[in-house]
Amino acid sequence: MMSSKLTGRRLWIAALVVPPIAFMCLFLVYPILSAFAYAFYEWRGLVRGDFVWFDNFHRVLFEYPFSERTINAFKHNIFVFFALMVLQNGVGFILAYCLWRELWGARFHRIAVFLPVVLSTVIVGLLWKLFYHPLFGAVNASLRAVGLGSLAQPWLGQDSTALTAIVVANAWHMVGFPTLVFLAGMQRIPSEILDAVRMETESEWVKMSKIVWPLVAPSATVVFTLLFVGAFNWFELPFIMAGVDGNPHEATDVLGLYFYRTAFGSMSASAENFGPGSALAVLIFLFIAVVSSVITVRLRRREIQL
Amino acid sequence: MRKGIDRGSFRTYGWDGLIQILLIGNSIVMLTPIVIMFFSAFKTNAQIFQSPFSIPDFTNVKSLLRVWNETDFLLYMSNSLIVTASSIALILILGTMAAYAIARYEFRGAGFILLFFLAGLTLPLKLAIIPLFIQMRDFGLIDSRLSLIFIYVATGLPTTVFILTGFIRSLPNELEDAARMDGANEARIMWSIMLPLVRPAMVIAAIQNVVPIWNDFFFPLIFIQNNNLKTLPQGLTAFMGEFGTDWGVLFSGLTLSALPIIILYIALSRQFINGMTAGAIK
Repeated sequence: MMSSKLTGRRLWIAALVVPPIAFMCLFLVYPILSAFAYAFYEWRGLVRGDFVWFDNFHRVLFEYPFSERTINAFKHNIFVFFALMVLQNGVGFILAYCLWRELWGARFHRIAVFLPVVLSTVIVGLLWKLFYHPLFGAVNASLRAVGLGSLAQPWLGQDSTALTAIVVANAWHMVGFPTLVFLAGMQRIPSEILDAVRMETESEWVKMSKIVWPLVAPSATVVFTLLFVGAFNWFELPFIMAGVDGNPHEATDVLGLYFYRTAFGSMSASAENFGPGSALAVLIFLFIAVVSSVITVRLRRREIQL
Repeated sequence: MRKGIDRGSFRTYGWDGLIQILLIGNSIVMLTPIVIMFFSAFKTNAQIFQSPFSIPDFTNVKSLLRVWNETDFLLYMSNSLIVTASSIALILILGTMAAYAIARYEFRGAGFILLFFLAGLTLPLKLAIIPLFIQMRDFGLIDSRLSLIFIYVATGLPTTVFILTGFIRSLPNELEDAARMDGANEARIMWSIMLPLVRPAMVIAAIQNVVPIWNDFFFPLIFIQNNNLKTLPQGLTAFMGEFGTDWGVLFSGLTLSALPIIILYIALSRQFINGMTAGAIK
């Protein structure tokens, strides 16, 4: 009697946990493990050939024309990461501080700053592509309207500005996210601590740098890590705004685009090439995994438990 | 002393004024692009080019009607609805099952199973797109909505299990124990006693998943070629190429695509903000 009840309970638990785990294994764990295996094989179209050890990695990292493109794209990812660190996380922190003061209208401003976050990257990309149009776009039109017509230029059409222009669109799209994560962190600071600080000093700067910034460290860890993963996975916005080749002249090429081109082909790299594509995916994956865990561990260390 | 107070209050007002200006400026930057998009949907090409910021004649719905009648907009929209709704339903069912077992029962491996789901939080599945593509081809799921639904479920489960486990753990034991005394079986306890209490967390989990699934562009790009199955973000890129020179129609298409989620967001902004930042805030 007792044992049948126990098996019944076990079966019930298994019935609950097995289907979700099976789903995860089949469509998340298995593909990711396969991605590692695939990188060590030669591929002819969609057919797997011989085991070739590290050939694919060697090609992607050290052989023309792969290596130049890999390094070029990687540099752009680094630029994107640092630029968004300032424009998205930095601005987000300042906005969070402003909203935290709960001045008149703060509720409205909070809703406004998060509004673009719910839009799809496709809508944001297509919209900003129209805004950046050299002749008819709203960006140049506003410059002309305020008498700065000489600054009007083909933002997406020239090497010097294209990547920055896409980064700006990205910052507009996503700045609400770090803002509200930081805001939630600030709102969790106990008021006794803030009152105690107010007794000690009148300086907002001291309050911010010595008290608020260290106490929102958990929020900072999260948004920094997410931005890092996002910046090195960056694909959809440059794909929509600059095209799969990273136009103009690969000035906006990033690892995500380059990986997609190598794997599935494009105008410039005609056929799919799963070997080097898989090697690139593994390298990006390892890079993200290693660096983001280092970032997380190092940032965690400065977090203070309240 | 008195002087100090005066200076302090002046400083506070000055500081607050500066902050208010910053916030208003930022809201203008956030909203202007959306307002221009909306206004331009009612304009002709000439009006868009000559006066991009002017208020349009809102009775001119010619461009909007063209999008509605001449494109597959409604088809794409319904495809997105089907894929998103099915994915969310499956995510909530499977996520609740796993979270309930982990949170309510003590069994060997429970901690490990939770860790297994948490590990999935950080895996960028995009990078496994080559094996996924081959796998879906072997399953015969290329050009099938199921490929998208299965992938969204796999990517949505980790956060959902994370949120729901925390919530279900916090529920009191009394109700459950009382029901067990009365001889109710486990399935009945779960279904009619515990799950009704989990609903608020399910709303958070659903919203957190709705936005990325509804907006996703990458996986349809890989798996869907058949026009009849394309989702809204994917269809939008096709239609932008088709009507490339008629900016009124382009802005109308963008406006109509953005409208459902903007309306939903304005109506439920608190839930959206809580849901979408839930994974990032402990």
